[in-house]
Amino acid sequence: MIDILRSEWTKIRSVRSTVWTLAVTVVLMLGLAALMATAARNNAAVPLTFAQTIQMSLAGGLFASVAMATLGVLVISSEYRTGGIRTSLMAVPDRLRLLTAKVVVFSAIALVVSVAASAGAVGVGLAIITPPSSEVGEIVRAVLGSGLYLAACGLFGLGLGTLVRHTPGAIVSAMALMLVLPPLANQLPGEWGRVVADHFTTNAGTLVVFGTENSSLGPWSGFGVYLGWIAVTLAAGAVLLRRRDA
Amino acid sequence: MTAIRATNLSKHYGRTVAVADLSFDVEPGHVTGFLGPNGAGKSTTMRMILGLDRPTGGSVLVDGRPYEELRHPLRKVGALLDAKAVHGGRSARDHLLAIAQSNAIPAARVTEVLELVGLAAVAGRRVGGFSLGMAQRLGIAAALLGDPEILLFDEPVNGLDPDGILWIRTLMRDLAAEGRAVFVSSHLMSEMAQTADHLVVIGKGRLIADTSVREFIGRSSQGHVRVRSPRLAEVAELVKVGELHADHLRVTAMSPLEIGTLTARAGIPLEELTYVRPSLEAAYMELTKDSLEYTS
Repeated sequence: MIDILRSEWTKIRSVRSTVWTLAVTVVLMLGLAALMATAARNNAAVPLTFAQTIQMSLAGGLFASVAMATLGVLVISSEYRTGGIRTSLMAVPDRLRLLTAKVVVFSAIALVVSVAASAGAVGVGLAIITPPSSEVGEIVRAVLGSGLYLAACGLFGLGLGTLVRHTPGAIVSAMALMLVLPPLANQLPGEWGRVVADHFTTNAGTLVVFGTENSSLGPWSGFGVYLGWIAVTLAAGAVLLRRRDA
Repeated sequence: MTAIRATNLSKHYGRTVAVADLSFDVEPGHVTGFLGPNGAGKSTTMRMILGLDRPTGGSVLVDGRPYEELRHPLRKVGALLDAKAVHGGRSARDHLLAIAQSNAIPAARVTEVLELVGLAAVAGRRVGGFSLGMAQRLGIAAALLGDPEILLFDEPVNGLDPDGILWIRTLMRDLAAEGRAVFVSSHLMSEMAQTADHLVVIGKGRLIADTSVREFIGRSSQGHVRVRSPRLAEVAELVKVGELHADHLRVTAMSPLEIGTLTARAGIPLEELTYVRPSLEAAYMELTKDSLEYTS
């Protein structure tokens, strides 16, 4: 398995789109943190609280999640686009092992970059706004939460890429599931509507970043629900990967 | 041990039959040509050999086992399916390195195969900028990475210039001479005649012939003698078995010597007496004419 991991690492690091997408993620996180924090500090009548500062700092998360999901999609869909998937499967005929290696290598990269970008963004925000008080525990939770959330978005993309195999199709599905449908779900009427909305992909996933004021779920249970969505997508992708002709 | 053994191999796509009940063996030490018109099922068969497509029926074994069960398959089997199926953003070296690592092939081997196919000078360049000829060489480098005993090439000379074609032909012959099994597909009989020892011919997914090249030529087409003379009608009368055309006589049942002797005795001057070798292309066309997917 270590051989396959090494091979997947070489594949990921040796194309420019990876480096660019990751760089964009970091720049967006840091840039928007600086922008939002500066604007908020200059416009606020009263000094911003610690919680508000964290929220401003992680404002780039929405865009960063799109960048990560796109990268996740590309990890597999680019192989289908080029036909390189056949080369990969000739080298590793056990398709589950191939997918597992992709998931492991991509998760590791996504997690490192996402946590670093989130830590940087929170640092920038705190430095600009300098809220009256700050709690180290909360900072750590926000940074880890944001990092985990962004990496999870990348994995969601990888799952959808495996399922759809087609780059634009997979990216559109990711955008729909992560950005378009969650706010729509919030409009569902009644008790059940609320349950569905609370459990819907990023509605649940972002709780670990921005807290749980209006949700029936806690930060970590919300993230768990989001991971559930991702696991189902990846599992469905794995089943089809095994069954379909390459 | 038989390198590749297909047994009653079939592949259906819905109602379309791509490969039907195909059985053949590929032996080590030979170049086996896999011949058939476009759409005959050659690529589908190759993909089934490599575990990429699942057969609808039958089986195909590589070195006695299904491809999926090979532990480091690239050390046993090397294949070139589609030279352009590479990520254009990657350098030649990184492309090969990723493939090598997956099968625990040392990185030094990447440098070796790059030199072997003549791409060492462009190893660091992005593959997207490669010409078809260079991409083909890169594909062959990938196939040779694991120093495999069995090699598959799908239409390797398509789109190559004469230099490239000659290079690939020589390479395939050399690989077979080293005792490896080389299985190469083509839709051109003339190409196979120059490289293959053995032929597996298919049409519409079915086996048409499984034979040595020599046998194939001998069996499927006879040579003939072409005779021209100012007194052609008299020659025709003399020879009896000829087929009279406007300006020549075509004879299949007699040798040039026999015809020459007859006409010399009768004192008939000849303008031409030529033995016309059997055309492989013609033999192949004859064989596959019933199984062409698309006819013009």
